[in-house]
Amino acid sequence: MSKVPMKRIFIAGLKQDRKKILETLQRTGVVEVLTEKCEDDELKTMNVMSEAVAFSKNSALADQALSVLDMYAPDTEKSIFSSLEGAKDLSTARYEEESLNREIYLEKADDILKLDKQIAEDRASIPKAESRLETLAPWMNFDLPLDFSGTESTVAWIGTVNGQISMEGLYAAFSGEESERPESLDISIISQSKEMTCIFVICLKEDKELCEEGLKRLNFAKAQLSTMIPKEESEAIKAEIKELNADIEKCIEEIRTYSPEREHLKFISDYYSMRSDKYSILDKLPQSEYAFFIDGYVPSRYADALKDKLEAGFDIAVELREPEENEDVPVELSNGMLSEPMETVVESYSLPNKNEIDPSKILAVFYYIFFGMMLSDAGYGLLMVLGTGFILLKVKNLKPQMKKMMKLFFYCGISTTVWGFLFGSFFGDAVNVIATTFFNRPDIALRPIWFEPVSEPMRLLVFAFGLGIVHLFTGLFIKLYLLCRQGLYKDAFYDVVLWLMFVGGGIVYLLTIPMITSMLGLSINLGDPWPMVSAVVAILGAVGVVLTGGRESKNWFKRILKGAYSAYGVTSYLSDILSYSRLLALGLATGVIAQVFNKMGSMLGASWYGMLIFIIVFLIGHVMNLAINILGAYVHTNRLQFVEFFGKFYEGGGKQFEPFTEHTKYFKVKEDN
Amino acid sequence: MANSGLFWALLGAALSAGLAGAGSAIGVGVAGRAASGVVTQEPNMFSKVLILQLLPGTQGIYGLLIAFITLTQIGIMGGDPNISLVKGLLYFAACLPMAIGGLISGIAQGKCSVSAIGLVAKRPEQFGKAMIFPAMVETYAILALLISILSIFGIVNVPI
Repeated sequence: MSKVPMKRIFIAGLKQDRKKILETLQRTGVVEVLTEKCEDDELKTMNVMSEAVAFSKNSALADQALSVLDMYAPDTEKSIFSSLEGAKDLSTARYEEESLNREIYLEKADDILKLDKQIAEDRASIPKAESRLETLAPWMNFDLPLDFSGTESTVAWIGTVNGQISMEGLYAAFSGEESERPESLDISIISQSKEMTCIFVICLKEDKELCEEGLKRLNFAKAQLSTMIPKEESEAIKAEIKELNADIEKCIEEIRTYSPEREHLKFISDYYSMRSDKYSILDKLPQSEYAFFIDGYVPSRYADALKDKLEAGFDIAVELREPEENEDVPVELSNGMLSEPMETVVESYSLPNKNEIDPSKILAVFYYIFFGMMLSDAGYGLLMVLGTGFILLKVKNLKPQMKKMMKLFFYCGISTTVWGFLFGSFFGDAVNVIATTFFNRPDIALRPIWFEPVSEPMRLLVFAFGLGIVHLFTGLFIKLYLLCRQGLYKDAFYDVVLWLMFVGGGIVYLLTIPMITSMLGLSINLGDPWPMVSAVVAILGAVGVVLTGGRESKNWFKRILKGAYSAYGVTSYLSDILSYSRLLALGLATGVIAQVFNKMGSMLGASWYGMLIFIIVFLIGHVMNLAINILGAYVHTNRLQFVEFFGKFYEGGGKQFEPFTEHTKYFKVKEDN
Repeated sequence: MANSGLFWALLGAALSAGLAGAGSAIGVGVAGRAASGVVTQEPNMFSKVLILQLLPGTQGIYGLLIAFITLTQIGIMGGDPNISLVKGLLYFAACLPMAIGGLISGIAQGKCSVSAIGLVAKRPEQFGKAMIFPAMVETYAILALLISILSIFGIVNVPI
């Protein structure tokens, strides 16, 4: 259906045209190149992986330089939507022109990174200098360099002892058990704190050993050596820090001067990533002495045009053929306006495999209905429509994925608005609350077009189950179609028709029981012959399932047991249907929480401050409610599709079509002709 | 104790908001820790892991919803707050599914979200699937919510 039909393409070209041909293919971006290793004596692949790596390194270099530039000189022309934007167009002529300057641009990138490295080094040096300053602080009053070790006839020690020790205490430590304290000993305390005492000890050379013993007793530690007088050294360090800061400023200023290079950096980032892509393809292409060969897939709609273009431009042989049945053809989805956003949903599950159809179209119908029911508030829906519509109109070159996402929420917003009016919800009961509180008109309210879920939850629940049954059966019918298309009519009968009889008959039979219909509040009355007919159909289906459910087993006993087990699977239908109650639950949650906020806001009545509080509570409350419920609606709509719906017929496992193209971030090179 | 019916109904509402909220808080809490871990490595994964972190947050909202409907029905939010003991007990019972279901499913969903965040951290393209696993847990919170809602709306018509 809406899987894009593909053709296998074989290209044989001359080596001399290789660069041009690959460039053309990359720019057209419609061919996926198969890169299987070739096993052949004649054909060799050339090893250019190292070049590819070098190019991608250059590209990364440019990206790093860009992020440095963004940090110090933010792009002032950037709009708030720029993160949503995709690549800009660039003409081939401009591309050729710019690519001549690539070396210069690369040097610029290098310069920026060097400056950034300089800044980083300077920044790392500052704390080091500061910690040196800190260790110097206790010595500031000392007027000798810290490595002073005495004169010709004296010995000196400079250092610290632990704790706050008085002069007497210090001297006492030098009078040992056998010896008196040396006469020539002189101690001066430079500074003291609770943790340590900084001391200067001096004595005559002959008393050196005695003093050393005393110092050992004090647990004396030498100060860090330095040839400068502490005060001078600290001045020097301070000057150094100042210089480092100035250097950082200078580097930043210099980086800022590079901001006109921004576009050039973006260009080489793209340029090198393109070349890297090209070389990684080239690395795997089989080549003979004079020719090279490409094997791949191309979407049928581009195939002939591409063939003509290549044959017109080069001496080349291009062959196209339909893919064979067992080939694992890559998958690309293409859909109309409404179902296009569904592709993101399908892709996030898994792409259809070769036997399956693209489920986007059927998905779209249920997706919008379910999302709308779960959010079901006209105000919220309008906000979504306005928000996404604004972005779609305003931001011209949205990233393709982002564009699909925006469209998805745009359509979901429309559906939400419709359901909101059906259920009479506009920012909850905001119309009535405002009219009652501020205009004293409790009679004004937004009447529901259909009914109000809060007052008739049972009715909505039954409707949700009904939708669920339709959804599940649609899934079963798709499976029927798929099996028939593959010619597996027996499987189609056993796995789908019998189940349809079993479950469908069962549901109809339940509806003929008066107790069930009155519980569900339904007014349908299925008289004779419905109970009889539905019961017979259901039983036939059930018996059929028991008999055929285990048909792969030859042994009849085993087969019946397996069949019985598969019939037990009917409980999963029950839980599947019950699962649709989330349509009611999430819808009610949105509405009631909105009412809570409206009520909270209106509690202070109609005075001016009451009105102010109302506006504040209204804004904060509804934004919060909207955000959390969009998330809820999105997650649970996906769940219903993935688990309940896809579970019935869809496996996925298709391979994404990944054409050889420009994987660029900033520019898209356009062919001029 | 002329008005002990009101007490029981209020207790139900309080448990519904409190326990379900506690479940969500625990769930969102553990998921948040995992999310922070991922964002330290990959800052651009923020929006994806944020969504996964928020998934266990819904139980708290459902609990609030049940509490609010109960408060409205018993007349605390304006009206006549005079209900019989039996009716109060009925409201209490009606609130229990949400209170218990919310508490436990919130915690379980939080753990599940943690794993889903781990999955997305390693394979960001599998976000769609990662989101589904915690959503499976939430089903049971929704079923609890459904029974609580249907019960509370049903009690009004009970002739006691």
